[in-house]
Amino acid sequence: MANMSSIDLTLQIWRQRNNDALGNFEFYNLDDISTDMSFLEMLDVLNEKLTKEGKDPVAFDHDCREGICGQCGSVVNGIAHGPEKEVTLCQLHMRNFKSGDTIVIEPFRSRAFPVRKDLVVDRSALDRIVQSGGYVSVNTGGVPDGNATPIPSETAELAMDAAACIGCGACVASCPNGAAMLFTSAKISQLCLLPQGQAERKQRALSMVETMDKEGFGNCSNYKACEIVCPKSISIRNIARMNREFVTATLTEG
Amino acid sequence: MELNSHIPSGPLSEKWDNHKFANKLVNPANRRKFSVIVVGTGLAGAAASATLAEQGYKVKTFCIQDSPRRAHSIAAQGGINAAKNYQNDGDSVYRLFYDTIKGGDFRAREANVYRLAQVSNNIIDQCVAQGVPFAREYGGTLANRSFGGAQVSRTFYARGQTGQQLLLGAYSALSRQIHAGKVEMYPRREMMDLVVVDGKARGITVRNHITGEIESHSADAVLLCTGGYGNVYFLSTNAMSCNVTAAWRAHKHGAGFANPCFVQIHPTCIPVHGDYQSKLTLMSESLRNDGRVWVPKKQGDTRPPAQIPESERDYYLEGKYPSFGNLVPRDVASRNAKEQCDLNKGVGSTGLAVYLDFADAIKRDGEQTILKKYGNLFQMYEKIVDTNPVNEPMMIYPAVHYTMGGLWVDYNLMTTIPGLFALGECNFSDHGANRLGASALMQGLADGYFVVSPAVANYFGSTPIDKVTADNSEFLASRERVNNRISKILKNSDKGPKGTVTVDEVHKELGKLMWDNCGMARNKEGLKNALEALPAIKDKFWDKVYVPGSGKDLNQSLERAGRVADFLEFADVMIHDALEREESCGCHLREESQTEENEAKRDDNNYSHVSVWEHKGEDEAPVMHKEQLAFENVTPSQRSYK
Ligand SMILES: Cc1cc2nc3c(=O)[nH]c(=O)nc-3n(C[C@H](O)[C@H](O)[C@H](O)COP(=O)(O)OP(=O)(O)OC[C@H]3O[C@@H](n4cnc5c(N)ncnc54)[C@H](O)[C@@H]3O)c2cc1C
Ligand code: FES
Repeated sequence: MANMSSIDLTLQIWRQRNNDALGNFEFYNLDDISTDMSFLEMLDVLNEKLTKEGKDPVAFDHDCREGICGQCGSVVNGIAHGPEKEVTLCQLHMRNFKSGDTIVIEPFRSRAFPVRKDLVVDRSALDRIVQSGGYVSVNTGGVPDGNATPIPSETAELAMDAAACIGCGACVASCPNGAAMLFTSAKISQLCLLPQGQAERKQRALSMVETMDKEGFGNCSNYKACEIVCPKSISIRNIARMNREFVTATLTEG
Repeated sequence: MELNSHIPSGPLSEKWDNHKFANKLVNPANRRKFSVIVVGTGLAGAAASATLAEQGYKVKTFCIQDSPRRAHSIAAQGGINAAKNYQNDGDSVYRLFYDTIKGGDFRAREANVYRLAQVSNNIIDQCVAQGVPFAREYGGTLANRSFGGAQVSRTFYARGQTGQQLLLGAYSALSRQIHAGKVEMYPRREMMDLVVVDGKARGITVRNHITGEIESHSADAVLLCTGGYGNVYFLSTNAMSCNVTAAWRAHKHGAGFANPCFVQIHPTCIPVHGDYQSKLTLMSESLRNDGRVWVPKKQGDTRPPAQIPESERDYYLEGKYPSFGNLVPRDVASRNAKEQCDLNKGVGSTGLAVYLDFADAIKRDGEQTILKKYGNLFQMYEKIVDTNPVNEPMMIYPAVHYTMGGLWVDYNLMTTIPGLFALGECNFSDHGANRLGASALMQGLADGYFVVSPAVANYFGSTPIDKVTADNSEFLASRERVNNRISKILKNSDKGPKGTVTVDEVHKELGKLMWDNCGMARNKEGLKNALEALPAIKDKFWDKVYVPGSGKDLNQSLERAGRVADFLEFADVMIHDALEREESCGCHLREESQTEENEAKRDDNNYSHVSVWEHKGEDEAPVMHKEQLAFENVTPSQRSYK
């Protein structure tokens, strides 16, 4: 709103009907884009235009448009969620671009994330990692009072830093090895830092790491690309913690 | 339509226990013989799925998003209430009950609200046990803050991401049950119809968003946890896929719809700034603890804020409500902002905004203190609007936020269709005409973790349920209905854009009609006009809208079109409801019903009831029934914030 202006763009977008089809880049011109728009609103404008021309609009995932649900995400000019730091695609604004720019937009690419259509990918492998142990096994009811186990505020804050992961998959998409280690380690860290997570600590580390491998994710070799693109600034220190958890669990569980 | 609320007997504080004791149970060995469908994985749906599966029922769970973790609940920022009285500041179950019923302007059911306050304490314990990283004091105990005008500190929070952490807790409990094979999870499925067999809810028809396939799923009971319908207005703080479809389909099969015109308008949102805008962003209400709200005194004053001297500013909330000032409740703050803008005193490029100014607070407490308190909100604002609230006042405007109306349910959360339950924002039950902050999260989890499982057991234990499978003729008929509707929406897709109108354009038109006539302030004439204008918008949709693509694969235009088609039908009953309610209450100013000082005037003699609407057929007006509200423990009083 401050310095409202509008820009003209060329978009180079990956189009792919479904996982079996071959994909290719298509070019679109888009004029008069307000710099106050979000990136997804810019795509909305493109899709309204394509619809009116009788063409197939670009499929892309999104829901909250507030940077918290983790559903949006594409690779923009080679960077997951685009050039601005610590934001999701829905929170990227067009004031980050200049008139005349060509913007290359691709889906998150990884062996474990099959493309469903255009920019929509299947990230259900991340859910399966959580299903294999990313929880505390308590049934509803019959739990102790919330204050019965004091947790120092620094510990709670550290756990919260890890818990802030939104599961968008940008870490996987930007890793040359397609590793899901930042994601997995965030959950393992949150729970191993808290007293509630202790009982299943070793089993959790073992089974989550095993699932990660089984789902076709690669291994971390310290590129740190994940940390750089993470919209929630999840630290790779979590990966170190996960590795420690895993080694300890392997040694002591045999 | 019979409306028996099944409120248990006995004193208020004993009703829930009496009820649980009187309820039928299902023995653990028999539970696996019963199956339950849960639609939605927000707080209500994820919690219910996990809890019912833990107890041994077979559960099938559905959601629209690619993962259950992304439900709209994830976006809640502020916090969740509970009557723990950890701060020893005089809180109690009774006080939480009282604040909630009063905040809802005495349009909710006493027994439900009391139960909500009772189970609120179990919710916090449950979430802590799951590893939800709530904020803690240095000594390790749980931290609390105050919220939404309450005089006690009873709000638990996890930074500004409380909804996210609570949902991830419920999602992890759900994930554990998926892993154990007790829950079959169906993401990227949209419920398109309810299947009723012999008068009981027995299943759903869904569309698989990836393959386009229409699937039938049967069960012994169906739980709708599908959230609110705020997106009928097009612009709201809701996630893009929030919709009314599931509830509306249930309504067409005979489920009563209660208080559809009760919509909460949140006063502190980032204003609309262009016709391309797709959603509105909420700024936490806590900003009004330090920000001062003002507009220029002169109408149509377009000077930048810094050039408007102190003497030419109108701090209208402080002037009008000296004892509450900027901290008046949501409905009062919203209404007054609109009033100023209607008087042509609004600011910004559209004139639909007021200032929220931190200059005095920064002068008083220093920039660092204010940034420490609100830094992340300031950043969020700056990211979206591109101005820094330290240097220039924020601009805010009210926006549609939460829907208090929903499917009518009894004390067991059962709708007027046996075997169909509604939980969380999808039902109408606990918030009356206005929702206090931090109470929706509480209700979603209360329903899902604690209330619905005894209710489901009681239903199974007391109702004969025949075996029904998805090849029953009702399922076939339902699939046919769904297929026909999809064909109708896609009728000219292969011939190219016959009409030049898009789904969004019609949705925007509907949204404007609703906001202008059935929004924060309503009057008889406007509502009548809106009712008359609606059919033309509906016709435009069915005659002119071009929806590209086919039903056989991923087609987001088709998904949106289906939801808008339902909003168009639903808007009709919303307006009917607003017309009937000739009183002001909660967020709803009926312009004809005001005090001499232009405040909202409730009319307890004539409107102390829940309005429950019955569907009578496609081209017939809906019929209203009343559930009279009885207040035995509190005395309805006029709310005053002067
Ligand atoms: C920005 C924001 C901030 C908020 N802050 C707070 C706060 O601080 N405190 C508070 O108490 N409340 C807050 N609220 C309100 C609160 O978040 C919601 O009312 C609550 O989370 C609703 O939960 P729910 O489980 O009922 O539904 P939702 O979380 O909306 O879940 C609905 C589910 O139903 C599914 N669904 C919907 N339709 C269909 C269909 N047809 N087929 C299949 N699946 C379907 C969706 O996929 C989703 O899984 C906030 C809301 C917003 C928008
Ligand atoms: S749409 Fe939810 S994070 Fe972007």
